[in-house]
Amino acid sequence: MSGAEETGRAGRPGPAAGRYAAAFRAINPVAKIAASLLIAVTLALSVDAASALTALVLEVALLPFAGLTWRAFWRRTAPVWFAAPLAGLTAALYGRASGHVYLDWLVVHVTDGSLHLAVITALRVLAIALPAVVLFATVDATALADGLAQRVHLPARFVLGALAALRLVGLMRDDWAALELARRARGVADRGRIRRFAGLAFAIFVLSIRRGSALATAMEARGFGGSGPRTWARPSTFGGREVVLIAIGGLIAATAVAVAVLTEQWAFLGT
Amino acid sequence: MLGSDDGSEGDSTGSLVVDGRDPRAARGVAGLVLQDPDSQVIMARVGDDVAFGCENLGVPRDELWMRVREALELVGLGVPLEHPTDALSGGQKQRLALAGALAMRPGLLLLDEPTANLDPDGVREVRDAVTAVLGTTGSTAVIVEHRVEAWLDVVDRIIVLGADGRIAADGEPRAALAAQGAALAAAGVWVPGREPTIARRRGPGERPTMLTADSLTSARVPQQPLRATVAHPLEVTVAAGEVLALTGPNGSGKTTLALTLGGLLPPFAGEVRASTELAAGAGDQPIRWRSRELLTRIGSVFQSPEHQFLTPTVRAELELGPRAVKLSDTEVARRTDDLLSRLRLDELADANPFTLSGGQQRRLSVGAVLATRPRVLVLDEPTFGQDALTWAGLVELLEQLRSEGTAVVAATHDPRFVEQMRAREFAMPGRRP
Repeated sequence: MSGAEETGRAGRPGPAAGRYAAAFRAINPVAKIAASLLIAVTLALSVDAASALTALVLEVALLPFAGLTWRAFWRRTAPVWFAAPLAGLTAALYGRASGHVYLDWLVVHVTDGSLHLAVITALRVLAIALPAVVLFATVDATALADGLAQRVHLPARFVLGALAALRLVGLMRDDWAALELARRARGVADRGRIRRFAGLAFAIFVLSIRRGSALATAMEARGFGGSGPRTWARPSTFGGREVVLIAIGGLIAATAVAVAVLTEQWAFLGT
Repeated sequence: MLGSDDGSEGDSTGSLVVDGRDPRAARGVAGLVLQDPDSQVIMARVGDDVAFGCENLGVPRDELWMRVREALELVGLGVPLEHPTDALSGGQKQRLALAGALAMRPGLLLLDEPTANLDPDGVREVRDAVTAVLGTTGSTAVIVEHRVEAWLDVVDRIIVLGADGRIAADGEPRAALAAQGAALAAAGVWVPGREPTIARRRGPGERPTMLTADSLTSARVPQQPLRATVAHPLEVTVAAGEVLALTGPNGSGKTTLALTLGGLLPPFAGEVRASTELAAGAGDQPIRWRSRELLTRIGSVFQSPEHQFLTPTVRAELELGPRAVKLSDTEVARRTDDLLSRLRLDELADANPFTLSGGQQRRLSVGAVLATRPRVLVLDEPTFGQDALTWAGLVELLEQLRSEGTAVVAATHDPRFVEQMRAREFAMPGRRP
C-alpha cells in the first residue's frame, strides 16, 4: 500500500502534516479497522437520515486530522464521492414507492418515498465509506499483517502468505506491460481487443503462478511453515492512541444512534 | 536441485542427510539463495526481509535484530533497515537474500546460480559478499554455477555433473579444470581460457541505413513500468549488416531504447525513422506501423522469453509469424522445418514452450522472430544466463544473419558478445544525478 508515501509529504500540506501525520500513521491498523467497523455496523442497523447525517457531520469534522494531505484525501475518497450519489440515484429510481409519484416508467418509480430513501442511502454510503477509506489510506501492509497475526490472532501462515503475495502485484504490472509489447512484436496485436485481453489475462495467470511458487520456495527456504513456535520481529503495540481512536469511533456511532432515537427517526433494520 | 536439497520441494529417492538429520527436520541448517532476485524478496523493507527467517526459527526479538544488523554488515548492504526492498538493484537483492539466509546462522549455504541474472558489477558484488561471509563465518557453501570464472578463487573443490547426471569431474578447481577442461567446454561449461570464439564472416556489399533515431529521449511514466529515464537526447543509426550493442549498467535505459527502436514504445521526445527501404511502403515511423507490418521489418526479442510465447507448441510458435503475414502453407512449413533444425529444436517440435530449458527457450524466442525474416533484429540481453554451447550457437546464428545483411541491435552487458560480434558499441549516457 502506497498510503505512507502520500501522507504528510506529497502535495500541499493539509492540517495534518509532518510529525502528527507520522504519529497517526503509526496507530495500530487493527484499531483503525475496529473504529471504522464500529461506525459501519451501527449505521447498517438503521435506515434513517438522522443517524447517517450525525455520523457524517462528526466525521467531516474529524477527518482532516486523519493524517492525510488534502490532495491525498480527495484522491483517495474520489470513488466514494462518485459512488454515494450513484447509490442514491438507484434508490430514487427503484426504491420502495410511497407518497406522491413524480415519474412512473416500467420498473422505475420516482416517488416521495423513493426520493427520501435516495437521500438516506447517499448519506449512509458517505458516512460508512469515508472513515473506512481515510483510515485505510494510512495503513501499512506490514503493520496490518503484524496486527492481524499478533493482536487478532489470525493464523500466521495465512496472514504472511497474503502479505508476501501483495508484493507480486507490482511484478504483475510489469509482466502485463511486457506481454502487451510482446504481442505487438509478434504480429498479433491488430486483432480484437477483447480476445487479446483474454489471452493476456491467461498469460498473466500462468506467470503469476510461476512467480508465486518461486516465492513460496524462497519463503520455505527461510523456514516458513515450520512446526516450531514463531517470533515476531516487530511488536504490534496496542496502547492509549489505539484505545482513543476506537473510542472516537464508538462515540460517533453512539451519538448517531442517540440523535436518531431522540428525533424518533431510528428505524431498526428498516422497520 | 538445490530446492530439494533444502527439503522444500520435489520427490527424491536415496538418502540425504543434513547435519545428521532428515532435511525436513533440519530447517534453517541450510541457507538457500536462488537465481532470480525478484522472486526472493519477501517483505517490503530491508530489515523485515532479513528478519523473516529468524522469526520463523523462533529467535527472540532482541537477538533477532542484532542478527539482522550483523548479516547486513557481512554482505556489505549498507542501507537503512527501513529501506524499501523494491528500490534495490539486482545485485543488492541477491545480497539481501544472502543476508536473510545468514541471519538464520546456517552451517551450510546453498547458492543456486546466484549471479546468473546480474550485470558484471552485480556479479562482483555478490561474489565479494559471499567470499567475505565464508571468511568470517567459516560455514560451508555449495554453489551451482555454469560461469566458473567468477568463483574460481573462492571455491576449494569443483564437482562437474555430466549431461547424464553422473559426476564427470571432482577435485581441486584448477586441477579439475585442467584435466577436464576440454570435455567441460564441450559440455557447455564456461571454462576460463576455453571460451567459445566465433568465425568472422564477410558482410554484405552494401550497408544502407535502416533506422535513425533523432534527439530521442524517453521518460519513466507511472503506468508504463518498462520505461526508464534516459538522461540526454540520443542520436543513433542502425545500418544493414552491422551489429550495434547498447551497453551500460542496469537502469541506464538500454531496454527502453531497444523497445523504442523496435517500434514498440513511442519516443517521449524526438523520433525514430525507418529508411524508405526498411519501411517498404508502411510509413516512416515504426511506432505507427501495424503489429503485422512490424513482422517483416523489425523483429524484437525480449529479455524474458516467457513474455513472448503465445502458442502451446514449439512448432506453432514458429508458424505464428509466417501465418500472420499470410505466407502459403508450403512456405510456412519450409521455414518452420528449416528453423527447427537450425535451432536444434526438431525433437521438441511438439513440446510446450514453457517446458523447455532456459537455453532452448532463448533459441525458440529468437527463431520465432526470425521466421518472418525481419530486416532489423532488436534483442534485449540475448546471451543472458546461457551456457557456453547455447551462447556459441546463438552468436553464430546472429553473425550469419548479419553477414546476410540483417541489422542487429542488442542491449547487452556481456563484453564477450560485444567482442565476438565485433559490435559497434553505443554506451548509454549515465543517469542524470
